[in-house]
Amino acid sequence: MDLSNNNLQAGAVDLTKNDILEGAVVTTKVDAVINWGRQSSLWPFVFGTACCAIEFMAAAASKYDVSRFGAEVVRFSPRHADLMLVAGTISYKQAPILKQIYDQMPEPKWVIAMGACASSGGFYDNYCTLQGIDEIIPVDYYIAGCPPRPEAVFDTIIGIQEQMWREPTMEVRNTDFKGKLDD
Amino acid sequence: MIEQAKKLKEEYPFLLDIVGIDYLENPSANESRYALVYIFRSKDFKERKEIRVNVDDPKEGVESISSVYKSANWAEREVYDQFGINFKNHPNLKRVLNHEQFVGHPLRRDYEITKGQYCTETQDLMDELKPILDSKNLDIEKDDLMVLNMGPSHPATHGTIRTIVALDNERIKAAVTEIGYLHRGFEKSCENHNYNQIIPYTDRLNYCSAIMNNIAFSKTVEEMLGIDIPERGIFIRVILGELSRIIDHIVCLAALLVDMGAQTNYWYMFNAREKAYDFLSKLTGARLTNSYTRVGGHTHDFYEGWEADLEFVLKEIEGGLHTTLAMVERNRIFQERVEDISPMSAEDAISFGYTGPNLRACGVPYDLRFDKPYYFYDQFDFDMVVGTKGDNSDRMMVRFYEMIESMKIIRQAVKNIPGGAISVPDKNIMMPSKENVYGSIEGVMNQFKLVMEGVKVPAQEYYGQYEAANGELGFYIVSDGTGTPYRVKVRPPSFYHMAAYPDMITEMQLGDSVLSLGTINIIAGELDR
Repeated sequence: MDLSNNNLQAGAVDLTKNDILEGAVVTTKVDAVINWGRQSSLWPFVFGTACCAIEFMAAAASKYDVSRFGAEVVRFSPRHADLMLVAGTISYKQAPILKQIYDQMPEPKWVIAMGACASSGGFYDNYCTLQGIDEIIPVDYYIAGCPPRPEAVFDTIIGIQEQMWREPTMEVRNTDFKGKLDD
Repeated sequence: MIEQAKKLKEEYPFLLDIVGIDYLENPSANESRYALVYIFRSKDFKERKEIRVNVDDPKEGVESISSVYKSANWAEREVYDQFGINFKNHPNLKRVLNHEQFVGHPLRRDYEITKGQYCTETQDLMDELKPILDSKNLDIEKDDLMVLNMGPSHPATHGTIRTIVALDNERIKAAVTEIGYLHRGFEKSCENHNYNQIIPYTDRLNYCSAIMNNIAFSKTVEEMLGIDIPERGIFIRVILGELSRIIDHIVCLAALLVDMGAQTNYWYMFNAREKAYDFLSKLTGARLTNSYTRVGGHTHDFYEGWEADLEFVLKEIEGGLHTTLAMVERNRIFQERVEDISPMSAEDAISFGYTGPNLRACGVPYDLRFDKPYYFYDQFDFDMVVGTKGDNSDRMMVRFYEMIESMKIIRQAVKNIPGGAISVPDKNIMMPSKENVYGSIEGVMNQFKLVMEGVKVPAQEYYGQYEAANGELGFYIVSDGTGTPYRVKVRPPSFYHMAAYPDMITEMQLGDSVLSLGTINIIAGELDR
């Protein structure tokens, strides 16, 4: 069936013809194209353990709506995700699990430490609380707050998206990081 | 001891909590270094009994009463974990909150608070699963069972609970649960902070209803001080407490409905919750962790025009609640998923130490607001919501209808709230006004003393109770007369609900176990503390 003449209004571009870009050449960098794609489709894995996870629930719900920033496809399998959001206190008991899940995520991956506990242990300076997840895994962004408001989460997601523009796509990130549980 | 416990159980079927205390730095208060305090409640829920057992030799320990009271099982494990006190004939005496590689017992007074210990591997829990399978004459190989690990990082386990199940097709034949992934040392931290500094820590016990924890803690300390806060203060606590109960139930039910696949209800209920958070953040400055109360009262009064804001919030909640109820209550798909799943008999529930909506769902009419009325609850007109079978359906419906009752209470309280002070006018308890601090030397001194030393609470041991959203939230506080508590033990409702979970899901379908976990509303913050 020939679609080319059906319902075409005057002035509209006929998309069925493949000559729109005919003769034109678009030059870009591979990095730019890939980063553009990555930036608009962050798939977060929410490692939620405590109060911050409840605030992430609010960030995902309709009032704040994380999908406005292209990061709403929350995956609970680390294999599907490229953004790890550690929301909540990480205890020494939880630490090996956090590390295992981080290791299971494919490259490239980014990590956000949401809230005071994940960033530094918060006011739980005691025998059972890990004093910041950066002792175990590399962290790209820290969010202050106990818990941070949903707006702060978005600010960080936007920050990661901006950071992506500056990064080469073909390199494995954080190769020189050595955490306390790495051998 | 077993015989005594059996006899006691006839009158006092309810073991609320076992508190371990180490008197190392306060030897005059007790004959031996360690003591255990067993807290019981009577059949009619009116009486409470505390029995003290001195422990001379922690290695020798005391007899376990877990064969009589089911709630003693985990309570004793916790005492063993934190204090190293042995319980003879305990079926499974191993650590419950700290990891297996942990050396020492952190709540002993000579354990340094900041001494953390890395954990490198996770236990496989087969040592717990095997005996259960053996007792049922099952074998993993021969009966072709599949062992499945769920959690702790699993969306349905709230990130912090690990369950291992042995499956026969979809049916769970045996289950064990491991907790402690969010153990963050609340009780040890309390020993290093003064009473008012502890209030932010209480926020993070049950973070879905933070103000209720603030109130429960402040109320306990006020009772120890022997003071009554002014009537307006009490009404503020009733209003905010009930609003928190509603928010807590919203989080529980909305998340549960998502687990079930009913995502729309999540939006309906969370939109209403956002309105409540707008109100709370306008009032307290924080959405979740409010820290609104102080020992002796509150940080500040309601703002001008709060009644209209609150009424708007209630209207929104009513809207979300009734829309959700209209969609699920008579919905056959919903009913078939929740009815007769994980039922719990009243007797078992009491033995496991169930409280709150989960206990009432089993048909036990126990609510501290009725049985031990405080804060004028006996003068408000509202009903207790009680279920019949204690299945998932009952647990959900009790929560739905409790929200309606809570709204009744709030509306009555708003109508009748008196004017006047919100805090006790005692300069040894409440901070002086800023005017006073900047304008007079007495004010400066007063502020300085309160900040540096804290509110001094007379030496005593006291158990304070409060009907929180999840059940009876208790604080057992040992005071040595200073501004810092010597020992604080929380009686967290979720801990005892969780202990029953493996029993609840046995012989149920795997898919339903996710809902069962949701219906008992485990909040990891108060489960692991």
